Amino acid sequence: MHSNPAKNHSLVGPEAASERTLYPYVTGTSVVAIKYKDGILMAADMGGSYGSTLRYKSVERLKLIGKHSLLGASGEMSDFQEILRNLDELILYDNMWDDGNSLGPKEVHSYLTRMMYNRRNKFDPLWNSLVLGGVKNGQKYLGMVSMIGVNFEDDHVATGFGNHLARPILRDEWHENLTFEEGVKLLEKCMRVLLYRDRSAVNKLQIAKITEVGVTISQPYSLKTFWGYSAFHNPTVGAEGSW
Amino acid sequence: MFRNQYDTDVTTWSPAGRLFQVEYAMEAVKQGSAAIGLRSKTHVVLACVNKANSELSSHQKKIFKVDDHIGVAIAGLTADGRVLSRYMRSECINHSFTYESPLPVGRLVVQLADKAQVCTQRSWKRPFGVGLLVGGLDESGAHLYYNCPSGNYFEYQAFAIGSRSQAAKTYLERRFGNFMDSSREDLIKDALIATRETLQGEKLRSSICTIAVVGVGEAFHILDQETVQQLIDTFELVGEEEPAAEPDAPAEEGGAAEQGGGAAEQGGGADQSAAADEGVAPMEI
Repeated sequence: MHSNPAKNHSLVGPEAASERTLYPYVTGTSVVAIKYKDGILMAADMGGSYGSTLRYKSVERLKLIGKHSLLGASGEMSDFQEILRNLDELILYDNMWDDGNSLGPKEVHSYLTRMMYNRRNKFDPLWNSLVLGGVKNGQKYLGMVSMIGVNFEDDHVATGFGNHLARPILRDEWHENLTFEEGVKLLEKCMRVLLYRDRSAVNKLQIAKITEVGVTISQPYSLKTFWGYSAFHNPTVGAEGSW
Repeated sequence: MFRNQYDTDVTTWSPAGRLFQVEYAMEAVKQGSAAIGLRSKTHVVLACVNKANSELSSHQKKIFKVDDHIGVAIAGLTADGRVLSRYMRSECINHSFTYESPLPVGRLVVQLADKAQVCTQRSWKRPFGVGLLVGGLDESGAHLYYNCPSGNYFEYQAFAIGSRSQAAKTYLERRFGNFMDSSREDLIKDALIATRETLQGEKLRSSICTIAVVGVGEAFHILDQETVQQLIDTFELVGEEEPAAEPDAPAEEGGAAEQGGGAAEQGGGADQSAAADEGVAPMEI
């Protein structure tokens, strides 16, 4: 009865033969983003890790979507490229209506949510955590989507390690009326902590700003670091079961 | 026996470059009871005349809510109108699901027009026998569109379709200059007066008309009958009954020309029969 392996195989369905992302290959680490007085600030480093190897060091993970939205991604970088391709088409078709209506950050965020959840329902997730920020009609918007479609809005968000290391700082220090300079300083503080404690973070980052006026994504730059703290000298001293 | 050699098939051209079946579908719109729409910067008001098919029956619904921000008024085959309304509702709800935001009115109308157009180019289909006045609100303000069985659509400041709609159009043409800055109440008043124009000697009562409103801070809704009667009473529209300004037949030619030309002969013929029927709207079954 079960002698025919091909028949057995077909019980699983033709989909069993298709390829899925079972685990990520090249990944980007945390994205941190905050609302500030005039809009949204977003920061991400430019590392692309191949497993635990820091394989690429100029990966742009902050991208402009349409006129009003900024997308930051951590996780599988090729999946991120696929998402960008999708969004490019979405924005193109939206522009082609040429009727004065345009997709704002809220709409793009919702669309991404549907896309991520739809793919996880096919057991073929896009292996990313996405941060979407933007300003439209004076309305600031900042939200997140996970690889399985979990989504929410907040005043400050961070993906991956950032969620553990940056958000406590943001909870303490963030307030609504941050100026641009204060916002950048706060993000740099977060990125510095991440650089120290997240092994896949690299010291080359970009900060992007989106306001009613438009978008600027900074040139890559580095943070000043100081590795001379005594805690850094022998971090595992006294820690049992470690080398 | 055949009046016309080229009118048995939707996809057959006449030598004069016309598609008679499509034009006949447009005639169906003219024979339906009237529907009226007008808009200001912030509001759209839709109105229609309800005609019962017989003394013993109730009338059919001619205004449909599509979504919180869009509604339609129809004239022609009500059954076709309901099919298109259902399509529009599902498009709106799908857009809301994906984007969590309302579908822009103009985009819905284009999709609707494309749907109507397909029927004019397939041998196994027939055009929809219904005209739709689509009123709605989006990012770019209030909009009123007329959607025709031919697949054409037009944006209007104010428009009327259906039997004896020329009388309403004449009224609206006289007044539309002020509509942009009209208040909601003034729009409703003008809608009621325009509706009255389409009645032939009949008194304007809330039982024979429906009014619907959509606007800034106001989701699309059909006013209930008591409210409409109150409005009719406060505007004192009942007493000042005036005879219809123009006879129907010559006036309708303007409407036919607007819908992409043609239909001049047919228009004339159909109008006479419509006049004979006294607006019973035989097609609206």
